Amino acid sequence: MTPILELEAVSRRFEKKLDSVERLARTLGADLRETCVNAVDAASFHIQRGEVVGLVGESGCGKSTLGRMVAGLLSLSDGAIRYEGTDITDARSVAARQKRLRIQMIFQDPMSSLNPRMKVAEIVGEAAVYHGLTTRREVAGYVDDLLRKVGLDPAFAQRYPHQMSGGQRQRIGIARALAVKPEFLICDESIAALDVSIQAQVINLFQDLKRELDLTYLFISHDLGVVEHIADRVVVMYLGRIVEIAPTAALFDAPRHPYTQALLDQVPRLGAGRQEFRTVKGEIPSPLNPPTGCHFHPRCPMAGPRCGREVPRTLTTGGHSTACHLHDGGVA
Amino acid sequence: MSILDVRDLQTHFFTDAGVVKAVDGVSFSLSAGEVLGLVGESGSGKSVTGFSILRLVDAPGRVVGGQINFKGQDLAKLSDREMRALRGNRIAMIFQDPMMTLNPVLRIETQMVEAVRAHDRVSHKAARDRAISALAKVGIPSPTERLAAYPHQFSGGMRQRVAIAIALLNGPDLIVADEPTTALDVTIQSQILAEVQQLARETGTALIWITHDLAVVAGLADNISVMYAGRIVESGPTDAVLTAPAHPYTQGLLGSIPGHGRRGERLTQIPGMAPNMARLPDGCAFAPRCARVSDTCRSSAPEITTFDGRRSLRCFHPLVPMTSSA
Repeated sequence: MTPILELEAVSRRFEKKLDSVERLARTLGADLRETCVNAVDAASFHIQRGEVVGLVGESGCGKSTLGRMVAGLLSLSDGAIRYEGTDITDARSVAARQKRLRIQMIFQDPMSSLNPRMKVAEIVGEAAVYHGLTTRREVAGYVDDLLRKVGLDPAFAQRYPHQMSGGQRQRIGIARALAVKPEFLICDESIAALDVSIQAQVINLFQDLKRELDLTYLFISHDLGVVEHIADRVVVMYLGRIVEIAPTAALFDAPRHPYTQALLDQVPRLGAGRQEFRTVKGEIPSPLNPPTGCHFHPRCPMAGPRCGREVPRTLTTGGHSTACHLHDGGVA
Repeated sequence: MSILDVRDLQTHFFTDAGVVKAVDGVSFSLSAGEVLGLVGESGSGKSVTGFSILRLVDAPGRVVGGQINFKGQDLAKLSDREMRALRGNRIAMIFQDPMMTLNPVLRIETQMVEAVRAHDRVSHKAARDRAISALAKVGIPSPTERLAAYPHQFSGGMRQRVAIAIALLNGPDLIVADEPTTALDVTIQSQILAEVQQLARETGTALIWITHDLAVVAGLADNISVMYAGRIVESGPTDAVLTAPAHPYTQGLLGSIPGHGRRGERLTQIPGMAPNMARLPDGCAFAPRCARVSDTCRSSAPEITTFDGRRSLRCFHPLVPMTSSA
């Protein structure tokens, strides 16, 4: 079966070119170079229809950049993205534009992604009218249905975003994404800003909608508990590279990459009793100047000489892929 | 012997929309070396409780009642000058955003030496040495060199460590930490939790850890107090509260947390949302969202009852049998 979404060696670089003064300084002998960040470095994975894939990692690992490329909000530096087999890498092509409508994104902070001067009815209905999914005459009823679907009273249609609570605003963000009848939702930290009790309501809503509308999710989050709960498979990123991909149960029960192991070790858990917090040494290095070889080697307890020299290959056994020398002939 | 004893604390905000009772009759006490987790959702009054202890509540808010006994003196009755002598010295605060503590235009050294010498008549050299040892204690590599740096030269996690080091400078008896790890990544959070845990054990500093994250306090705190709408609805030893919650709100919060062994299950959610603090319902504030609600809950507010010796609760319909009430 063709996967609904395929990423093939997707990369994104952000470059800061030298300005004229810096160029002049360089011709005079100053040691200035263009700085380049590999925000996403050759990421490959696929998502099957109906699957929920969690994308986890710490700040700066490139997970949001990757989500934005899938949504078509950022162009790719390299690689290809296919949706149901159709190449949508170039966001401007006609085929891509049709397919892209099937992919919608739900953002972290609804306050900065909802227009404060528009009423909910306009926010939710605008795109549906533009794309011809409903008419101007029928849009009110269309919006009411969507609001009911996300668990809001249709009376909210006449309100402005600032008249609602954070949880309600996030539901508006979801209703807006659903308005164009998408098949694929990218949730970028969509519940991170919500209180615990509201978070649970929204997670349940995501699961209800998935069942009801047959949706596929790319669920980006730094919260491993949430990802463990909702995802079928998990992709772990570190400094722009994918280090591990595995079915959720396998990843949480038997993580293979030392980074994943460290990450899981450090999640505070309920019911663990008084915890001795163990730590990974050091901090996340600057992506401007990442370590050679495996990006994780300076912090890795298992690292050997090979880790600093060679970028690890990604090896897959039994649906579980890892990019680590430990699983590819050793670190010596 | 308790270091801090808060009795019936009331902090109200006098707004155009009416009086908001952000903290309404909060009581708890804390002994040396104890870690208290103060847990609640946004607007529950947990941060205002922390600010009230340090007398940092700004207009239109005011502490309108109750006592805050810190080592035998009532903080509410001290003059501003006396309070200033305690703050940063015997009682310190760590904020969510370390940039609230750090001045962006001063070197770390200037800020730390200043904090020492504001309370202690020591030489610049002695103050500097103390700053270096505080930085080393919170795990900042090469502290001597880092003293010369400005706050923007540190990463978020390092900045929070500097803020914690400043709080430790004068060896306080009490630290109030308001969501200090919420903005940090998991690996950095656990580094800081490990250091704080060790410090509380070694120095006997009492700690109030304010957070919305029950999982963080589960591994850190000796006791937990859960706040809802300005009141502590349940408190007790961490294990007891987490394994056998007595208040329906505590149970709801625990059920809302996704995590191990509950994959794919539907989360038990608390219906509705946090109440408008300016128009709280009569009776129990949680009643409109509670599954066990009865007419009594809607008409009168439950008082604090103590049970099991060390637990207390505000609820008419507890989830566990109330045995051996004191």
